[in-house]
Amino acid sequence: MLSMLHQRKAAQLILGLAIGLCFGFLLQKGGATTYDVIIGQLLLTDFTVVKIMLSAVLTGMVGVHLLRSLGLAQLHPKPGSLGSSAVGGLIFGVGFGVLGYCPGTVAGAVGQGALDALFGGVAGILIGAGLFAAAYPKLQNTILSKGDFGELTLPQLLKVDPWVVVVPVALMIAGLLYLIEILGF
Amino acid sequence: MEWLELARWSPYAVGFGIGLLSCLSFLLSDRPLGCSTAFARTSGMLEKLGRGAKVLDKPYYKKFAPTVDWEWMLVVGIVLGAFLSAQMSGQFHLAWTPSGWAAAFGDSLGVRWLAALCGGILMGVGARWAGGCTSGHGISGSLQLAVSGWLAAACFFIGGIVTAMVLFKVLAG
Repeated sequence: MLSMLHQRKAAQLILGLAIGLCFGFLLQKGGATTYDVIIGQLLLTDFTVVKIMLSAVLTGMVGVHLLRSLGLAQLHPKPGSLGSSAVGGLIFGVGFGVLGYCPGTVAGAVGQGALDALFGGVAGILIGAGLFAAAYPKLQNTILSKGDFGELTLPQLLKVDPWVVVVPVALMIAGLLYLIEILGF
Repeated sequence: MEWLELARWSPYAVGFGIGLLSCLSFLLSDRPLGCSTAFARTSGMLEKLGRGAKVLDKPYYKKFAPTVDWEWMLVVGIVLGAFLSAQMSGQFHLAWTPSGWAAAFGDSLGVRWLAALCGGILMGVGARWAGGCTSGHGISGSLQLAVSGWLAAACFFIGGIVTAMVLFKVLAG
C-alpha cells in the first residue's frame, strides 16, 4: 500500500507541500528562520539551532531506524567524498556565515517577511546553483570524486548492526543537550 | 489553540516535531527531507526560460531535471508554513536588515543586500558541491548515520563559525 502511494505523482506533490508547511511552521516557531538566532549560533552565543537540530536528529534517527527494522521504510544515504562533502561543506559554511540563513531557513525567512532573504539569499543561492551546474562537467571527475566513499553509513563502516550505532549516538546527543542546558546556553 | 499563537516554542519541541516529520517523509514519500536540490531545479527552470531547451542538455540538469517535484513543493510549503506561523503570532513584518546585522554593520540596505547575495552565491555553490544542505545533510543525513551527512554538517558549522567570528569579531571591530 505504501509503495503504491510512493508512485502516485500528484499525491506526492501534495504530501511535499504539506510536510513543507509543517516544517516551515516549526522552523519559524523555533526561531530558526530569524537571522539573529542563526548568527547567534555561529557566534556560539545562542544554542537554539543546535538544540533544534540535535533533537530532530535524535528523534528522526530512532524513528527512521524503527521504521526500517519494521520493514516500513528504506534508508537513502547520500553518496559522498572528501572532495565533495568536505570542500563543498566548507564553501557552504562560508556562505552560511555571510548570509545568516541556510536553504531551508531562507525560505522560512522569506515567509516571515525578510527581504534580505528573498532578494539577497534566495537570488544568490539560485545564481550559485546555476554556476555550479555550469562548472559541474569540469568538477565531476576531478575534485568531486577525490576520496570517494559512496553511500556509506557509519554502521556499514564499522560493519555492525545499525542499532549498535543508533543507541550510543542517541545517548551521546542526549548527553550533549543536557550539557548545553546545565552550562546555561 | 493559544499555543499556535505563541511567538516561540521550545527548541526541543520543534526538534522533536522535525524528527517526526522526517519519519513521515520516509514512510509516506520514501525520501528524506532536503531543500537545496529545489534551488538547483529552479535555477535550471530560469535558465531554460532565458536560453531555451538546450539547457536540458547540461549534464547537471540531466541528473536533476528542472521540474517541479516533491522537494520543490516542500520549499514552497516552508515559505507558507513560516508565513502562517509568523502571522498567527503577529511577528510577520517586512524588513531589509536584520537587527543583529544592523548593530554590527549599520542599517544600509545596499550593504546587507550585497552581503546576502554574495553569501547566497557561495551557499548555492557549496550546497550543490556537497550534494545537500543543513536539512539534507545536517538533519536527514545525520539521522540516517550517513558518513556524507556527518562530514558535510561538521564542515557547514566549521566554515560558518569561522566566517561569523571573522565578520563580527574582527571586521566589525
